[in-house]
Amino acid sequence: MSALRSSDWASRRVAGWGRALTADMALARPERVADIGRAIAAAGPGGAIARGGGRSYGDAALGAAGFGIELGRLDRLLAFDPTSGALVAEAGVTFADLLAVFLPRGFLAPVTPGTGFATLGGALANDVHGKNHDRVGSFGDHVLWFDLVLASGETRRVTPDSDPELFRATIGGIGLTGVVSTLAVKLLRAPSTAFKVRMAPMAGLEPFLAALEGARAAAGYSVGWIDGLARGGALGRGVLETAEFADPPQPSFRPRRRLSVPIALPLVKRASIALLNRFYAARTGQTGQERIVPAEAFLYPLDALGNWNRLYGRKGFAQFQCVLPDAGAAAGLRALLQAPEREGVPPALVVIKTLGIAGRGYLSFALRGVTLALDVAMTGRTPALLERLADIALDHGGRVYLAKDAALSATQFARMYPQAEKLRAVKARVDPDGRFCSAMAQRLGLMATRA
Amino acid sequence: MSAGTWIIVGGSSAIARACARRVAAAGADVVLAGRDRADLEHSAADLRVRFGVDARVTEFDATNPDAPAALVAGVQQAARPLNLLLAFATMPEQAAVEADRALLRRGFAVNLVAAAALLDSFAPLLEAQGAGRVLVFGSVAGDRGRRSNYAYGAAKAGLAAFVEGFGARMAPAGVSVTLVKPGFTDTGLTWGKRGMALAASPESVARAALAAVAAGRPVSYAPWFWRWIMLVIRLLPGRVMRRLSI
Ligand SMILES: Cc1cc2nc3c(=O)[nH]c(=O)nc-3n(C[C@H](O)[C@H](O)[C@H](O)COP(=O)(O)OP(=O)(O)OC[C@H]3O[C@@H](n4cnc5c(N)ncnc54)[C@H](O)[C@@H]3O)c2cc1C
Repeated sequence: MSALRSSDWASRRVAGWGRALTADMALARPERVADIGRAIAAAGPGGAIARGGGRSYGDAALGAAGFGIELGRLDRLLAFDPTSGALVAEAGVTFADLLAVFLPRGFLAPVTPGTGFATLGGALANDVHGKNHDRVGSFGDHVLWFDLVLASGETRRVTPDSDPELFRATIGGIGLTGVVSTLAVKLLRAPSTAFKVRMAPMAGLEPFLAALEGARAAAGYSVGWIDGLARGGALGRGVLETAEFADPPQPSFRPRRRLSVPIALPLVKRASIALLNRFYAARTGQTGQERIVPAEAFLYPLDALGNWNRLYGRKGFAQFQCVLPDAGAAAGLRALLQAPEREGVPPALVVIKTLGIAGRGYLSFALRGVTLALDVAMTGRTPALLERLADIALDHGGRVYLAKDAALSATQFARMYPQAEKLRAVKARVDPDGRFCSAMAQRLGLMATRA
Repeated sequence: MSAGTWIIVGGSSAIARACARRVAAAGADVVLAGRDRADLEHSAADLRVRFGVDARVTEFDATNPDAPAALVAGVQQAARPLNLLLAFATMPEQAAVEADRALLRRGFAVNLVAAAALLDSFAPLLEAQGAGRVLVFGSVAGDRGRRSNYAYGAAKAGLAAFVEGFGARMAPAGVSVTLVKPGFTDTGLTWGKRGMALAASPESVARAALAAVAAGRPVSYAPWFWRWIMLVIRLLPGRVMRRLSI
């Protein structure tokens, strides 16, 4: 019976997950789908941007004009068909929630990012990929339709056929075409609630790439961790994890302990990174090992430590992630792995995966190749490093992932995403006044230049 | 005994939604009553998909004097025992109430009269089934007449007295009646208001409220620490109260 006040604005300082970029924002947090349109209409000139779990690292979910619409309270599951696996849900449903509800019933999101705190809306808007991209593609490949609240306040149901351009502009479209309120996505059958994970030591980049290539066809899931401090012949050494659903029945697991980092404390330093790398390598051993782990622990390893992004201290950190086409990947990866040392910024966490087919969105990240992600603390030299890394990616025909990006220039972006022009054309049609705008869209030159 | 049915009136509020998920998780069917049918349908679908219970929606407008009887008539087929949860309220700004007497009347009509009438309408049914639980959401605002929202507080104070008496009436029939007074809760009502940094989540309020129901407590604060805050506030002399701008 409350008066509809849930589209009131709350003032908050908001940061990307990397905590390096922030914005003072006025946030609406609709509790009913109808309130989304009210919030869009009530946002000031310059427009608003949708926010899901706030797990993108840079400024994709930071408002240029300061208005944000948080979808987290729209977290209801609306329909599920166990025959087809089709799920209809509100956009604020998180992957952790999906896993808790559906894994016991034998279903799992076909594609999930490495954190359960991401929302379905955020996954759609960044067309995210998982550790099984070679086999299943990106999140958008499994989206059957979505309801999009447009700048006009009208809600439109968009399927790949009803309006192919709007569909492709919205999948991976970083929230620039409207606010997704509801979506339908096909879940995957999951024969068990645990994974059999095999960890194998990799002596250097060449064997690592060969093993990843082999895993493309042979393994259900694969992801590699690289010791970013290794040099010379050991460059690119690390551990390859491949995984399949474990055979039922599973042992019962102790519930996961949840710890949280209470304050920003800069603990990620060269020494602690080296220690962690050594620990990880030692755990794997010389010959590798095999373990049965609960799905949650395999898919969302970092979620066990809440607010781990505070470990980089008050200045925060950046993640650089790019994909290089298979052809030039080896040379490109070598250059990418060598660059941080040159700038004197040791990478804390380095992750490598393979990707399969290109995504459906105009700004979808995926293309067939190898993707590398490097986490680096924010220091005076980090911006130069990020620029250098992006140039290396460009030189090898690659592109940087917008979900992680905080640094690309408009020029670099235009060369990496040749279909951006098509997104602009759709935006001119459905959002001519630029009611949806993020700091990222402005930085990358995605907003129409006004006379 | 089966888990029965919870009839949740004012089902769109964040606290009501959280309560609905908890009772449905325990296997109860749910009837969501309120004005915003489209929104309630989403919540009902959510309960069906998540918990496999029967969940449906029925319209209820607290300003309509015929609504309580219609609701009683509409739930005759629902699985027994029936349990009742009241979560509807209207909370206009005190200043707006002072400027518009219609708002003043409406506040009492919804927050007190409609709630009392609804409880009264369900009394025969509850007595006849000889079981069941009633949960009414009151407010800490009802504990003192505060300058900043005494109109709302007065209705909630009246409701508290009504619920206490209603509980005494229901007790011989084995029906428990609980009044839960939430402190600041992180919902659409408080979003954007100052001083809400420590507001409790709707889920934690729901957990505390349903624990109080399960324990058969007549009155409870949620979260628990509000009991102590409100004890202090209730003990403040009127002289002091008048000078505080709370
Ligand atoms: C630990 C960690 C691991 C990760 N692992 C992976 C991974 O393996 N693979 C991968 O692809 N990504 C990964 N990511 C990135 C993450 O999946 C994406 O950034 C994702 O978009 C986050 O979802 P979110 O709900 O937090 O969205 P936000 O960060 O809140 O928003 C992201 C973008 O989506 C838009 N958006 C959000 N909701 C909506 C909506 N309802 N309608 C329209 N637009 C919307 C926003 O405007 C913004 O542009 C990881 C991130 C973290 C922190």
